[in-house]
Amino acid sequence: MVVIDGPDPPLLTAAGLGKWYGGRVGCRNVDVVVWPGEVVGVVGESGSGKTTLLRCLAGMLAPGVGVVHYRTGEGTVVDVHALPEPRRRRLMRTEWGVVHQNPRDGLRMAVSAGANLGERLLAEGARHYGAVRSRALDWMADVELDTGRIDDRPHAFSGGMQQRLQIGRVLVNRPRLVFMDEPTGGLDVSVQARLLDLLRRLVAELDLAVVLVTHDLGVVRLLADRLLVMRGGEVVESGLTDQVLDDPQHGYTQMLVASVLPV
Amino acid sequence: MIDGLPASRTVGHGYTYAYLDEQTKRMIRRAVLKAVAVPGYQVPFASREMPMPYGWGTGGIQLTASLIGPSDVLKVIDQGADDTTNAVSIRQFFARTAHVQTTTRTAESTLIQTRHRIPEQPLRAGQIIVYQVPIPEPLRWLEPRETESRRLHALQDYGGMYVKLYEDIARYGRIATAYDYPVLVNGRYLMSPSPIPKFDNPKLDRMPALQLFGAGREKRIYAVPPHTRVESLAFDDHPFQVQKWDQTCVLCGAGDSYLDEVITDDAGGRWFVCSDTDHCTRRRDGGADGGDRRP
Repeated sequence: MVVIDGPDPPLLTAAGLGKWYGGRVGCRNVDVVVWPGEVVGVVGESGSGKTTLLRCLAGMLAPGVGVVHYRTGEGTVVDVHALPEPRRRRLMRTEWGVVHQNPRDGLRMAVSAGANLGERLLAEGARHYGAVRSRALDWMADVELDTGRIDDRPHAFSGGMQQRLQIGRVLVNRPRLVFMDEPTGGLDVSVQARLLDLLRRLVAELDLAVVLVTHDLGVVRLLADRLLVMRGGEVVESGLTDQVLDDPQHGYTQMLVASVLPV
Repeated sequence: MIDGLPASRTVGHGYTYAYLDEQTKRMIRRAVLKAVAVPGYQVPFASREMPMPYGWGTGGIQLTASLIGPSDVLKVIDQGADDTTNAVSIRQFFARTAHVQTTTRTAESTLIQTRHRIPEQPLRAGQIIVYQVPIPEPLRWLEPRETESRRLHALQDYGGMYVKLYEDIARYGRIATAYDYPVLVNGRYLMSPSPIPKFDNPKLDRMPALQLFGAGREKRIYAVPPHTRVESLAFDDHPFQVQKWDQTCVLCGAGDSYLDEVITDDAGGRWFVCSDTDHCTRRRDGGADGGDRRP
């Protein structure tokens, strides 16, 4: 593992992570370090263990072996999977966020956009309707949604708008670390481009650390600072994004880079 | 042994006293003790089949049956009224199976079984009020999985409930929930007060009587012990408010009770009358007059 001297210690450190589903491997021998304000991309083909790794890192799935350490806002380092459940849940809705591929998994479809944006604030203890609503309005504008549609339900929104709403809902209380699972999956290319612009701006403005899982090399090229390439549950190559994509060392990475269709 | 009962402990028709067998009553009393010990917590119990359909008060009847004794005076109300089919039937049921005296007077009763209302006359220490509950889980709309909603209760993770209130205000400009308005019991458990109008919510707070809630189909019992704090959820800038009427009761002139609207003809005629028939009768017996305009 590379140790970098810097003012801030790492935010998230995972060592020797492994997860088996019966006899099948989800992921194994994975070491990940996420530094503050850094976007780490995880790429690989379907079934390569990307989502399993993300779920283990985000505390949603208990790994078979290995530990995940997180440095909290107060500066203490905690073992994510050994935390008592109330604390882990509080962490997940205050300092962390998860953006799902399908916005329907992350949104509450039965309530308005404003209620979706306000939920994390209400869960944190906000009890002033006017304040929650004005924060929701700010975030509607921040994720480039028409503020006049704050009382519409997500059903009335297009796929791209739903995804932007989901991102707003996660970022509303300024988490430090966000896990994204294929945030641009299932969107057409022009909507994808707009979403990527938005993500790039928000990540920079909020100084977010992000773990970004995708199979789209274009997405990681734009967003990620560092890259992990996974295959068969293992990390086969890692490094700076441009370095890995421009000079792939592992045979699989070379194949992956070569598979991108030129326009 | 209960005083005044034959040694066989059976009453007419070969039934056990108060219909339920003694083991069942014991099981329900154990659940009641636990519910009283943890105010607002839903205690699972082995709800029995009752000789009436679910939704008619099977949970309330089982509670009443396990609490009642020959010295009790029973009052049964349905939507505030003592004279509706449901109330009359349940009263007769216990008059026959438990040999108890029944009454319509709130003050004279020791045990009150109710559906959808709390009597207007404040209850006193020593009385017990039993609520019939259709859906005991206040988080049901938010989280359909029972395992998950229990976890939310365990972790006191109630932020999602405020999403519902937010949605009400966003859509209607005010908190539009008018009945079954969620409350926090003793600062700990979120509780559904059963479908009573929110007009009655302030009466739940620090009531001197014991409040028991029974859901037969959902197999849950919960309780608010006497003098327990019960707060209705609200926002700082949208405080909890109860319904108000411009009208008064046409029979007794009451302006401070919960009023039912009665359509009297097909030309828009309507009156408002007290939903609590005992309250209304008591006021009229005392000389109150609403200027009865009945045709």
